[in-house]
Amino acid sequence: MPTFGNAQLKLLEKLCNAIAVSGDEGEVRRIVLEAVKPYADDVRVDALGSVLATRLGRAKHRTRVMLDAHMDEVGFMIVAEDGEGIYRFETVGWVDVRQLIGKQVFVGRERMPAVIGAKPIHLMDDDEPAKKVPLEALRIDLGPAGKAKVGERAGFATRFRRVGPSIMAKSIDDRIGVATLIELFKQAPPAIDLCAAFSVQEEIGLRGAKVAAQYFNPELAIAIDSTPAFDLPLHDGGENMSYNTKLGLGPAIYVADGSTLHDPRLVRFLQATAEVEGIPCQIRQPGGGGTDSGAIQRALTGIPAVSVSVPHRYTHSAVSIARLDDWKNTINLLHAALKRVTRELIAVR
Amino acid sequence: MDEVSFSRVGSLHGLKTGSGTDPRPSVMIAAHMDAIGMRVSKIVDGFLHITNIGGIDLRVLPGAEVIVHAAGSQKELPAVVVLPPARFLPQSASDGFPGIEHFLVDTGLLPREVNRQVRVGDLVSFANEPIELAGGVLSGHTVDNRASVAALTICLEELQNKTHVWDVWAVATVQEEVSFLGAYSSAFALRPQIAIVMDAGFASGPGASGWQAFPMGKGVGLCVGPNMHPFLHKKLKGLADSLEIPWYLDMTPTDSGTDAFAVQITAEGIPTALVELPIRYMHTPVESVALQDVERAGRLLAEFVGSLEADFVDTIVWE
Repeated sequence: MPTFGNAQLKLLEKLCNAIAVSGDEGEVRRIVLEAVKPYADDVRVDALGSVLATRLGRAKHRTRVMLDAHMDEVGFMIVAEDGEGIYRFETVGWVDVRQLIGKQVFVGRERMPAVIGAKPIHLMDDDEPAKKVPLEALRIDLGPAGKAKVGERAGFATRFRRVGPSIMAKSIDDRIGVATLIELFKQAPPAIDLCAAFSVQEEIGLRGAKVAAQYFNPELAIAIDSTPAFDLPLHDGGENMSYNTKLGLGPAIYVADGSTLHDPRLVRFLQATAEVEGIPCQIRQPGGGGTDSGAIQRALTGIPAVSVSVPHRYTHSAVSIARLDDWKNTINLLHAALKRVTRELIAVR
Repeated sequence: MDEVSFSRVGSLHGLKTGSGTDPRPSVMIAAHMDAIGMRVSKIVDGFLHITNIGGIDLRVLPGAEVIVHAAGSQKELPAVVVLPPARFLPQSASDGFPGIEHFLVDTGLLPREVNRQVRVGDLVSFANEPIELAGGVLSGHTVDNRASVAALTICLEELQNKTHVWDVWAVATVQEEVSFLGAYSSAFALRPQIAIVMDAGFASGPGASGWQAFPMGKGVGLCVGPNMHPFLHKKLKGLADSLEIPWYLDMTPTDSGTDAFAVQITAEGIPTALVELPIRYMHTPVESVALQDVERAGRLLAEFVGSLEADFVDTIVWE
């Protein structure tokens, strides 16, 4: 089993605190490059900005496996200046606009501190407090001497923290996948050529993974992502039937989402691996949404692909929550799977 | 301070003795030190339901970082406020913002730990650290009214090097946001001859314009309206002008919504003035104030105290 300790947590903290809005992933890219270079036979940054790292196994017969985790996060782009340090912005990727008021953000590569404020409740009309404030009415405020450039990105300023069995941070989606992939890359088993894609632009249409798959041309692929857990109590005390995943039940294996039917051979293989190794896992409830596996599966002449996610609550918000045990079990499941994987799995007879 | 004590309901009283002969008149300078917040109302499956303390704007709650002050374990638990997806809420709450009873607080702890540590009634406060914005602006939760508490300390520092005839009661009041409890009780206990209340006013900026909002960093607000004694207002205005401290006229046509509302009608009535600091985004976790305005308010108050002659009360006139 791979080691899991303080070094892994520190790396995850660094990755979550970094800001890498889709299309401007440089801050995470630098961390990834530094982490994978010592272990890689080849590393390149492709035309979109993804980090593509290859580690060749030492065994004679090897399967070519692509693992993908996306580096980008949802966030904002500064689009117009109002003067005196106040700027209009647009969202990048899906963000619930209702959670923006009262948040601290960092703007630009210098991480300039700023806030998203709102009209005081005292100055509102009677029916106003219950109304959603449209994005057009919100501003990013850097302070009167603040200066941003139109086109710069901004992200939530949330600090990573560990609380009991959990972590609270922004961008657990998908820095926890990036951290997982780095660990797997460092401890890759001998019978695979590991093609690691730290991809860009997942949040705006799975764009980086597609060209990464076309570059690597793997025999099979696994997207490592983080999927929402809606395991909340219902207002009427009824049973929650649409939880997607639940925290604490282990890695979530996808069978179907909005963009893909995940390769059933790989789904069965992962479930069998979990059972043999005694690692808890759960099936993500089939439904909408999507991960990079959807884009990878349709690349080239078709690539058998599956998706494994660490569950987290409060997706695409300033603060998400995930369980450390779920992360640990995800690393363990994938590590065990990489040791057992052969091309026989996907042989067509 | 020559004497520091607490009122019977928890307000802080600091006395700085004047140089005049006994019995000396006293001026009370009051700023409320409480904050709006929340309280645990119910615990379900490890999630906390909450209710508000003071005028909470529900729109700042989704994704807000908070601290649960857990009575069971005496620990401060970091947590986040959650607005559940619309499909988990009743039809009536599916658009915009539902009532506070539908929000949840998640500590990240397992349900059995939550049950062990948290009690119904526990306080929940905003947790984000204050940050400095470009151009000398501080942004954080509870800048309303800690900015005034800070101005009051600046006033006291200035008075260290100044002779003043009057006694000064520096008072940090409790529970302004719910009932003005501290203002009523401290004014009654101390019976100052005059009082100045300091609080947060509205700064213009995103979402705030019109006659109630004034530029941040361009001076302090000197309020006029029924809660304020016009003579004190005139004195403060004249003093600010002579000291070249920029100020603006802040109109409060009826209830000022501050401790001044309470202090004025305490005992047989107390001549009261209201000085406001313009603050952006009031009652959000990113309330912002220009530090220069805080310094200006502190200096103006110190100069005002220094200017009080022994017979000042007798000079207070209507027209």
